[in-house]
Amino acid sequence: MDPYALKMLNAERRARRAAILVTDLGDGRDRVVREGDQVAGDLGSAIARAFRSGNSGSVEAEGRTFFLNAHLPQPRLVVVGAVHISQALAPMARIAGYPLEIIDPRTAFATPDRFPDVALHAEWPEDVLKRQPLDSYTALAAVTHDPKVDDFALKAALDANCFYVGALGSRKTHAKRVERLLALGASADQIARIHAPIGLDIGAASPAEIAVAVLAQVVHAFRSRGLEVKGAAA
Amino acid sequence: MDNSTYLDEARDPLIIAEGWMKDGKDIAIATVVETWGSAPRPVGSHLVIDADGNFHGSVSGGCVEGAVVTEAIDVIDTGKARMLEFGVADETAWQVGLSCGGRIKVYVERLG
Repeated sequence: MDPYALKMLNAERRARRAAILVTDLGDGRDRVVREGDQVAGDLGSAIARAFRSGNSGSVEAEGRTFFLNAHLPQPRLVVVGAVHISQALAPMARIAGYPLEIIDPRTAFATPDRFPDVALHAEWPEDVLKRQPLDSYTALAAVTHDPKVDDFALKAALDANCFYVGALGSRKTHAKRVERLLALGASADQIARIHAPIGLDIGAASPAEIAVAVLAQVVHAFRSRGLEVKGAAA
Repeated sequence: MDNSTYLDEARDPLIIAEGWMKDGKDIAIATVVETWGSAPRPVGSHLVIDADGNFHGSVSGGCVEGAVVTEAIDVIDTGKARMLEFGVADETAWQVGLSCGGRIKVYVERLG
């Protein structure tokens, strides 16, 4: 392995950015490909698949055998709102492999009693996200219904290019939210990325069912990352 | 914050290898590149080895690490990468095998 490749790969991993180490198993030469880097041909298609699935493996391309070692950051889920839905979502997300944390400055809601074994921040999103910034391997679901709490986090999630951004509320509520986010400086394209009303349309009624719909939407968003880019290149 | 979402720097083989590199050590990196059947560590797993035989990480559940370390010291000497194959039915080339019944292919290369 090239020492420079090792340093670059570790730098990407430390920064929670996806990278693939591509090694030519014939001559041992390797290089780091970052998500979004353009690679042509069959090798490029295999690299795009590895970024989406996170699976490592060998691939034959251009008459050579390459080993692709995919290093994807652990996806995580940040929920703004220590509400009934979040109580159901916390254990579900953990089982599905999306470690979850909850932010809610309302101390009556954010109690360890209501959320055993959950990373809980009884603080304003402004303060938590300053310490622990969002990134493109983080999903954000805003479920407080309270603009004072939700709006800042939603804008931050759009700016950080979170792979999923969802917001609880009816279409009417969301229309008002759109106006507020525009006033905060979000672009129309950014706002179009918000899933609202939140969750896949499975007719969810109870808080636990809404949690299922949200988690399914998060998984779908994660596993379809970059599909548009691939479509354009094909 | 849940620490599992960040690198465990004290145990991460590639982070350790970078630290060894800064200390001026000669290093080999072993990587699981293929598995068949029941294999204890997934494709992409690493074992990093220095010239004195110190190692971190794993390519199996401890079944073949000893043999990989021996080969790795040779690889550090010669600079020539090797592909090793381990399996339960492998009587000829290697003295060790995987008791779980799986087979793995391990690529061993020198850093730099």
